[in-house]
Amino acid sequence: MAGTSDPLTPRAKLAVTAGKTAAAVSRAAGRGSGSVIGGRVALKLDPELLARLAQGLDVTLVSATNGKTTTTRLIAEALRAAGPVVSNALGANMPAGITSALAERGDEARFGVIEVDEKYLIAVARETDPKCVALLNLSRDQLDRAAETRMVAENWREGLAGTKAVVVANADDPLIVWAASSSPNVIWVAAGQMWKDDAWSCPSCGGVLQRPGDDWFCGECGFRRPTPSWALSGDHVLDPHGSAWPIHLQLPGRANRANATSSAAVAAVFGVPPQVALERMYHVQAVAGRYDTVQFQGRDLRLLLAKNPAGWLETFSLIDPPPTPVILSVNARGADGTDTSWLWDVDYSRLNGHPIFVLGDRKLDLAVRLEVANQNFQVCENLDEAVRLAPPGRIEVIANYTAFQDLRRRVGN
Amino acid sequence: MSDSQLRLVWIYPDLLSTYGDQGNALVVERRARQRGLDVARVDVRSDQPVPTSGDIYLIGGGEDRPQRLAAERLRRDGGLHRAVGNGAIVFSVCAGYQILGHEFINDLGQREAGLGLLDVVSVRGEGARCVGDVLADIDPRLGLPPLTGFENHQGVTHVGPNAKPLASVRFGNGNGTGDGTEGAYNDTVFGTYMHGPVLARNPHIADHLLKLALDVNALPPVDDRWYEALRQERIAAATQPA
Repeated sequence: MAGTSDPLTPRAKLAVTAGKTAAAVSRAAGRGSGSVIGGRVALKLDPELLARLAQGLDVTLVSATNGKTTTTRLIAEALRAAGPVVSNALGANMPAGITSALAERGDEARFGVIEVDEKYLIAVARETDPKCVALLNLSRDQLDRAAETRMVAENWREGLAGTKAVVVANADDPLIVWAASSSPNVIWVAAGQMWKDDAWSCPSCGGVLQRPGDDWFCGECGFRRPTPSWALSGDHVLDPHGSAWPIHLQLPGRANRANATSSAAVAAVFGVPPQVALERMYHVQAVAGRYDTVQFQGRDLRLLLAKNPAGWLETFSLIDPPPTPVILSVNARGADGTDTSWLWDVDYSRLNGHPIFVLGDRKLDLAVRLEVANQNFQVCENLDEAVRLAPPGRIEVIANYTAFQDLRRRVGN
Repeated sequence: MSDSQLRLVWIYPDLLSTYGDQGNALVVERRARQRGLDVARVDVRSDQPVPTSGDIYLIGGGEDRPQRLAAERLRRDGGLHRAVGNGAIVFSVCAGYQILGHEFINDLGQREAGLGLLDVVSVRGEGARCVGDVLADIDPRLGLPPLTGFENHQGVTHVGPNAKPLASVRFGNGNGTGDGTEGAYNDTVFGTYMHGPVLARNPHIADHLLKLALDVNALPPVDDRWYEALRQERIAAATQPA
């Protein structure tokens, strides 16, 4: 903000201060980081605070069903090559959390890299006037309370129509292509999407999508995969000039290489070359404990967060090969969605040969699921028992949202 | 069943497989194989013809627009009608249940014709969406233990004189008509609002479908330990206030 007049009105300054006070009180009371409560207090005092805080920043918004927290971190790290960045790095991705994160910005911040919950993308875009919007993937998630997946795509499509922002979008996800193709300026990225079961019918006309190989198209209306200018190819990013840049990440898996590819495309929008962006991305480590390897009872446990069928599918593809032991933990509390039916949309034959241990509030749903999948599994009361029973080697621990928080608390991470 | 193979048909996974209901097909398939049956499972996409020679047909729940598309395509196809005419067993859930009836309200707010294979008519409920665990007593004529499931629907389904309510609700909403009914059935066609998936929580219903298809009175027992544990847990959960 150097050289510009202070964009914050006295009311906005008061709101920021009040928000910080509320956050500090919340932290002192041991109720989390306080970023959400702080943001709520501040927004109440000044509803336009988010818009004011975003002024003067080159804002990028990141939204998706899966991978938005990690991708936000990758983009933020890449853009630091070009200037100071403010970001909601802790994953508080609704307006209050975003406001709180931006309130921490220093005057020197040039870029805002903001993860946004799918439901709030259009509202936050209206407030923050983004230069870039990154759309990664959409799939079923928390169907007991969330809007239908296609309705989310429709909402994005309407809200982004005619936007000034450059939209960086995954050409391999038909719902993302539907959402993005109302925008005048789209950079298509072939980022892949293993999960296909939410996009068999054409988002445009309802016809059945044909999906030969990596391509897809509607045989009825002609809606089809756009030609990408960026692509993930194995361990490399292909840029629009056809150059291949190696991806070196500490984060595992195909999905994170896809996130890095989209992040490189975003970085290029702001003039950061892919080589520089990708080198910086190597520094991104575990995000909020995700992918962390921790020690527990003398064993190595790798903690993997996966919240929905698409996430479980990607996660099954990155774990160490059999006979690596696998712990699965599932809860169905409010933040997880209270319906566990999604467990049946996951293909467990990918766990063939792994000894499996199940825990969590809904371990019996998992038990029946694995019994029907004819897998070998043991039902455990808690993590301690599962670790005790697991054969030697690093243990892969896959958990959904609150189950993951429970595990982190138990291992002191 | 026409020969030694059980033909299991899973209808329109591209449109009606949003709430884990393909688990119903997995459970029936598994329990048939555990009884030594040779099972051929056919997944029929909505641009393919519905085979008419299946023994058991399963249809799941889906979102509003896919439900309309599925009804249009099933009406046009006609295969499911012929299969039912041939004596096939049909088990349907939520959006699929509504499609089997005479009509339902589609995503455009209009009355959409169903297949008329089950004497029910569905309308859109005026109240809050029905979401949560359900416990119900199955029609005693079927001789099955209580029904446990998870409901997530806005629809209200009225059961006509040529069908019977599948169950009577103790906790939850079911058909949403206020008379405590849940689901509907006739000799060969069944419908329910229950997800879970419902056959994973009620393996006795899966066995009932197998018995009807095989025309037998009993099946060899299988290890139901985990199913039973899950049933007890979910039945207890349904009786707790949310």
